[in-house]
Amino acid sequence: MGPWIEKQRNILDFTLASLLRRKGKNAALLLVYTFIVFVLASVMFFTHSIKKEAGLVLQGSPDIIVQRTVAGRHDLIPASYLGPLTKIRGVASGRIRLWGYYFDPITGANYTLLVPEDFSAGAGAAIVGSGISKSRLASEGDVIVLRAHNGESLVLTIKGVLSEKSELISADLVLISEPDFRKLFGISKGHGTDIVLTVRNKKELSTIALKITEALPDARPIIRDEILRTYESVFNWRGGIITVLLAGAVFAFIIFAWDKATGLSAEERKEIGILKAVGWETSDVLLMKFWEGAALSLSAFLTGTALAYLHVFFASSPLFGPALKGWSVLYPEFRLTPFIDPVQIATLFFLTVVPYTTATIVPSWRAATVDPDSVMR
Amino acid sequence: MIRLRGIRKVFNAGKPNEFTAVDSVSLVVEAKKVTVLKGPSGSGKTTLLSIMGCMARPTAGRIELEGKEITSLPERFLTDIRRDNFGFIFQSLNLITGVTALENVMLPAYPVGEKHSLLRQRALDLLGLFNLTQKALSKVEWLSGGEAQRVAIARALINDPSVIIADEPTAHLDTKLSIEFMENMESLRNKGKTIIIASHDPIVFDSEIVERTVELRDGKVIGK
Repeated sequence: MGPWIEKQRNILDFTLASLLRRKGKNAALLLVYTFIVFVLASVMFFTHSIKKEAGLVLQGSPDIIVQRTVAGRHDLIPASYLGPLTKIRGVASGRIRLWGYYFDPITGANYTLLVPEDFSAGAGAAIVGSGISKSRLASEGDVIVLRAHNGESLVLTIKGVLSEKSELISADLVLISEPDFRKLFGISKGHGTDIVLTVRNKKELSTIALKITEALPDARPIIRDEILRTYESVFNWRGGIITVLLAGAVFAFIIFAWDKATGLSAEERKEIGILKAVGWETSDVLLMKFWEGAALSLSAFLTGTALAYLHVFFASSPLFGPALKGWSVLYPEFRLTPFIDPVQIATLFFLTVVPYTTATIVPSWRAATVDPDSVMR
Repeated sequence: MIRLRGIRKVFNAGKPNEFTAVDSVSLVVEAKKVTVLKGPSGSGKTTLLSIMGCMARPTAGRIELEGKEITSLPERFLTDIRRDNFGFIFQSLNLITGVTALENVMLPAYPVGEKHSLLRQRALDLLGLFNLTQKALSKVEWLSGGEAQRVAIARALINDPSVIIADEPTAHLDTKLSIEFMENMESLRNKGKTIIIASHDPIVFDSEIVERTVELRDGKVIGK
């Protein structure tokens, strides 16, 4: 084992000294390579985490949401719809929900306002998400003023700040009482935003959805899995768009790397001849080329991935976050919880390190099989 | 001792540009002596050296090293034999530029798997032998012609070979350095090394240390 390790060490040592000889060229290659890995890993980390967050949030969401549509658009739902819906066989319970969006001109952000099922803080109180607390510099005991539909001011005292496992949804959330909500948006007692239903047997979800449309033709049932699928496709699509935009850069890199890796210069060819003449075997030369490719691509891979991790999870993806997040996220500060999929890391590894290392070895194979006496001629 | 029997080497066999570099050469190179292959350019000296040093295979004929037939060995074994038994000094030195003199000297021993610190010390000792300790960490392209030549000799000695093969070693050296080179060869011969030099430089073949001269012309031996 000893001589084997020493051999690897000696050859690796020479390889690194060798790489340093062409500092400029190798540094440029390393830089571009790292950048590509960084961008790909950033997109990967971001879309994966955001989908994971969405999944976590939706785990607690209701089985079926029923909305009323008027002229194809979501409208307020009459409270009288609750009766026929809960009578459908298989529906365990139902509840009218009140929620909506509020644009805050002060911070330029959209808040999500929601009336929880049991809001104990009472009228005149609000519990806000951490994003709002930060952007409005308001904490427990402070007062926030919202402008009602008729221009009047609604004064709310903050009774608490939400600190959820997932910031994605809770950051812009404001929980208020039912009377305050109706006063703010001018919604009468007989209406709600939508109705949520709990179903006993999850396998019957689509059958119940069908029965809902039959009982209430202007109602639109939304099943939880559908929302999850929409989230998935939206973020996959956004990740895809970024990847497509980057494809040009990636291809340019591939051509550059291919040229660097496969084209042995006359100088390199001569060096291989010298090494063989002084007693290196073909396999030793290939080992050296393997270390050369591995050292370069592994450094790029590790640096790129680490930078992407910092970029996405610590710096909130300033480079292309807006494109990935879309219009709906207007928080001044938004930090994703790190979720990393080992399979994705492995994929990235196999798509970057392995091809480059192989591309370095193949041409050397051809050069390394020449007769050592070529250097004598 | 190296014994060659009916060695023939043909390049581009079967093609219109077929060329016989060495033809029917039978020769015994005695151990621990200085042998010079003398002849004009194109006489087949370098090709014969390559064949003796296990760098190239003959088209026909047999080679024995210390009584063992080595002609038909596979490449791997030939590499091992070459590494363990021969040290090469090339016409254009063939040092690897961009790395230090020390690393150039250590290069032939890397695949052996010797402990790095021991190998380094041996290489430094060899450089010390040729008064190059101060230059050990200099890149080879910064060295003078004579220094580079001595680095090449040190490299040839790193695996402690029994045979030193030098191809036109004085081609790029002035008279003083050529004489210095021959002095170095003399001291190696005195240490029990077999020296084989291919050259058409009178400083080499007329040197007092040369014990045997083999004259070649058109790939054939014309005088021993």
